[in-house]
Amino acid sequence: MANNKIQFLTLWHSKQLKSALGKVITYILLTLFAIAFLIPFFWELTSSLKAQQQIFAYPIEWIPNPIVWSNYSAVWKVLPFKIFLKNSVTVSVLVLVGHLLSSTLAAYGFARKNFWGRDVLFTILLTTMMIPGQVTMIPVFIFFRSLGWIDTLKPLIVPSYFGSAFYIFLLRQFFLTIPNELEEAAILDGCGSFRAFTTIYLPLSKPALTTVAIFSFLNSWNDFFNPLIYLNSLDKKTLTLGLALFRGEYSTEWGLLMAATVQITLPCIILFLACQKYFVEGIALTGLKQ
Amino acid sequence: MKSKFKENIDGYLFILPWFIGCIIFSLGPIVISGFISLTKYEIITPMEFIGFDNYVKLIKDELFWKSLFNTLYYVGLSVPLRIILALLLAILLNQKVKGITFFRTAFYMPTMTAGVALALLWSWIFEPEFGVLNTILAKIGINGPSWLGSTRWAMPALVIMSLWHVGGPMIIFLAGLQSVPQQLYEAVEIDGGGSWDKFKTITIPMISPVIFFNLIMEIINSFQIFTNAYIMTGGGPANATLVYVLYLYNNAFQWLHMGYASALAWVFFIIIFSLVLLQMKLSSSWVYYEGRRV
Repeated sequence: MANNKIQFLTLWHSKQLKSALGKVITYILLTLFAIAFLIPFFWELTSSLKAQQQIFAYPIEWIPNPIVWSNYSAVWKVLPFKIFLKNSVTVSVLVLVGHLLSSTLAAYGFARKNFWGRDVLFTILLTTMMIPGQVTMIPVFIFFRSLGWIDTLKPLIVPSYFGSAFYIFLLRQFFLTIPNELEEAAILDGCGSFRAFTTIYLPLSKPALTTVAIFSFLNSWNDFFNPLIYLNSLDKKTLTLGLALFRGEYSTEWGLLMAATVQITLPCIILFLACQKYFVEGIALTGLKQ
Repeated sequence: MKSKFKENIDGYLFILPWFIGCIIFSLGPIVISGFISLTKYEIITPMEFIGFDNYVKLIKDELFWKSLFNTLYYVGLSVPLRIILALLLAILLNQKVKGITFFRTAFYMPTMTAGVALALLWSWIFEPEFGVLNTILAKIGINGPSWLGSTRWAMPALVIMSLWHVGGPMIIFLAGLQSVPQQLYEAVEIDGGGSWDKFKTITIPMISPVIFFNLIMEIINSFQIFTNAYIMTGGGPANATLVYVLYLYNNAFQWLHMGYASALAWVFFIIIFSLVLLQMKLSSSWVYYEGRRV
């Protein structure tokens, strides 16, 4: 008996058992959280495939029976979603290009050029990162209004061509990790700074550029506030505005609403799954911890 | 000398687009917004200078206080919970077990959905009779509240929802955890310390700058909650979810009170900035930067 107890205690204190037990607990926790995070998606997807009477079945039926695909096609008929899609794609793609162009330039300047007043300007940049958009929106709105840009996509697109503090910060952190010697060697070979930037820095920065591209795309794709302020007519609206409109008109047709929701989130999820390796690496490498 | 001059010019050229944008879209508007806040301006009528009248009106405005209180309630509940959950998830994802990529993807995926789609999905989840949340609660014997329809539960519902897309701070924590040198943990092991000792004496101090970064960004972002309240509750029931930015939006773009809305915006700015400054002051006692204590 006593012998058994000692054996048990030695076993208990043995490293292998401890780490095996740790692993089991880790897996249990990971699985529980994964279920909690995935249930809403499951719910979204199954609801979108249910007929209206099954949506309001009591008690809840988890699996759609029969599977109804018509919600998906119905979404496109009730509102001009094709136009909304076109507008959203136009905005998101042009904004992405704008952010990549302007933010990489500024980030390179801050990371590698030792110009007068750089540190003061960089502090200003960090400070503007903390300014909520709502504080500047009224003067910016009045400014765009005076240009006659209300009810056009321009107010959503043009600002991205002037850089974004957060992306500049992210890219600068990444550029700082690229050894200076590479650029010095290139300049000795008669290469100008702009060429050093395009031929050395950009190709080496794929993870950081992918991260910025994904952030930028998601933000403009999902943006609701700015389209809400600037766009009025139906043929100018983006998908998020269309979805809000849809919600107003079909407030209890959850099957239809979920079919629309699935379709608007699908591009984001595909984008993430395709680039997630780069994305996570990019965040880790940019050293956000600084 | 000449090359120093050229480096200056190069530097300015590279940052020029940002600098122009900063003046037009950030610094300029802040100053102008301060000026507009001293006027009565309704877009269609000419601007009229009225001194500090808007600020006086604001102090007496019940809805201003209500929206400020609602926002502080949301921030106070959501930010600490989000930070703790994000850290916990990041620690789990930092374990060396097989299949971690799957879990990382699962935990991060909700963060890909945002805005209106997210608000619609959660409106349906919170549906009192046929929604999935109350169904699950009923299974474990809890009679779920009517969530978005209840003055008491509407705000907690928005907080619960905010916990679902916690992937942003989680990934940043994960990056922080992965940069903690392994030797430090080995040193604790040699001294006979367990997991908790490692966590308390190594992990927390080493990632304290990351915690600080997340805390600041979370405070700023949570204050700006708008879309969920706008779509899911419209500020109701009985103004229970009338958050600050929603009230600001109503004043500016529904009622076109641009002057008053600018005053609201300035107060908003001051509140957020003082909170951030306060955090920075407090941070010196708990944030540890390698090589120096700041």
